[in-house]
Amino acid sequence: MGEYITILIGIILVNNYVLAQFLGICPFLGVSKKLDSAVGMGVAVIFVMVLATAATYPIQMLLNDLNIGYLQTIVFILIIAALVQFVEMALKKFIPSLHKALGVYLPLITTNCAVLGVCINNIDSGYNYMQSLVNSFGAGVGFLLAMVIFSGMRSKLEGNDKIPAPFQGVPITMTSAAILSLAFMGFGGLV
Amino acid sequence: MKEKVNRLAVFTKGIIKENPNLVLLLGTCPTLATTSSAFNGMGMGIAATVVLICSNIVISILAKAIPDKVRIPCYIVVIAGFVTLVQFIVQAFAEPLYNSLGVFLPLIVVNCIILGRAEMFANKNGVLDSALDGAGMGLGFTLSLTLIGAVREIIGSGTIGSGFFLGGDELAEKLTIALPFISEHPMMIVALAPGGFFIYACAIAVVNKILTSKGKKPREFSCQGCALASICQQEKCIKELDKLEKGAEN
Repeated sequence: MGEYITILIGIILVNNYVLAQFLGICPFLGVSKKLDSAVGMGVAVIFVMVLATAATYPIQMLLNDLNIGYLQTIVFILIIAALVQFVEMALKKFIPSLHKALGVYLPLITTNCAVLGVCINNIDSGYNYMQSLVNSFGAGVGFLLAMVIFSGMRSKLEGNDKIPAPFQGVPITMTSAAILSLAFMGFGGLV
Repeated sequence: MKEKVNRLAVFTKGIIKENPNLVLLLGTCPTLATTSSAFNGMGMGIAATVVLICSNIVISILAKAIPDKVRIPCYIVVIAGFVTLVQFIVQAFAEPLYNSLGVFLPLIVVNCIILGRAEMFANKNGVLDSALDGAGMGLGFTLSLTLIGAVREIIGSGTIGSGFFLGGDELAEKLTIALPFISEHPMMIVALAPGGFFIYACAIAVVNKILTSKGKKPREFSCQGCALASICQQEKCIKELDKLEKGAEN
């Protein structure tokens, strides 16, 4: 149990995917304007990350057995793309309420580098199946946490005309991300 | 003659006017993650450029043969194939780069610049134009990565030209120039994650200043700004996001 908690704290706070490892920056900056869309995107990412890991980990074992481990990139991205499509269809058919909440964000996730990144990272760090799943879940939670905090920061920025003109818009958003990332660096050495 | 001028424009627009990550704001993840030094950023840029040129060529050839409905998975397979090739080449000839780029080398697959160019340019244009477009966009990407990397390296570790990835450690050491004073008191934070965000923000602010002085509107981060907008069934996505926003306003 202890090792799972270590993995979780490590991936959520210390090596946060968005703020320390720069994975999934596009949705982090693009969808964090409103709190409810930030939460929706975050939950969808957790969901897809865990599912993608559950699917890709056994496939990597299979590839390794066949000595074609180098096909990792090409196989993983196809699996993730197919999986996202499949999940969208399944949700639409069986759980329409959940599809209404998350469906908008699902197509965006196919090309989210955090999802492919977590699948590859799990293999590279030599986690076993259970550890991989916990790690993916933690990575998603870290993403959600960063999104929620950041959407709060952005709502304070909105309509603020004291910002110098060239910094309005994207640059000030990025600068506030820098400050948030600085705050998260304080967790360094926790694990 | 006129055609030649057009070709030149196709090539040069990606370098400055439509620079993919300073003006179009695409490919933010690799920009932030791999610019801890100038050569690191340059390596990432070159790898992405090679993939971009090759995939643009192949996709422009195959554009007519690929059915419209499954075009995105097809593009992804083509791109992923070239990424795997580049991974092999980098691992064989530039191992330090392979180690420092780490997971971001396979992640070129999901770099929105490459898929975006495939969707917006290569599938509508000829082979030569697509190759030129890829080369121009790639060069623009490489230049901006190198520039941001150089700034972060000078302030963050006080060196110029560290970490050259070809030809072994000795050459790399020879090429590294330690600047007086700064190298004794480097601002470490700039080379770390927060500095990445901040220096990139400053670079975009400079670009915005230039854009507004020319009377153009700076870009924003949104579904519309994303090159993949037409790809990931976005029309639906954008409409629903708009609906959500309007609903929130009402």
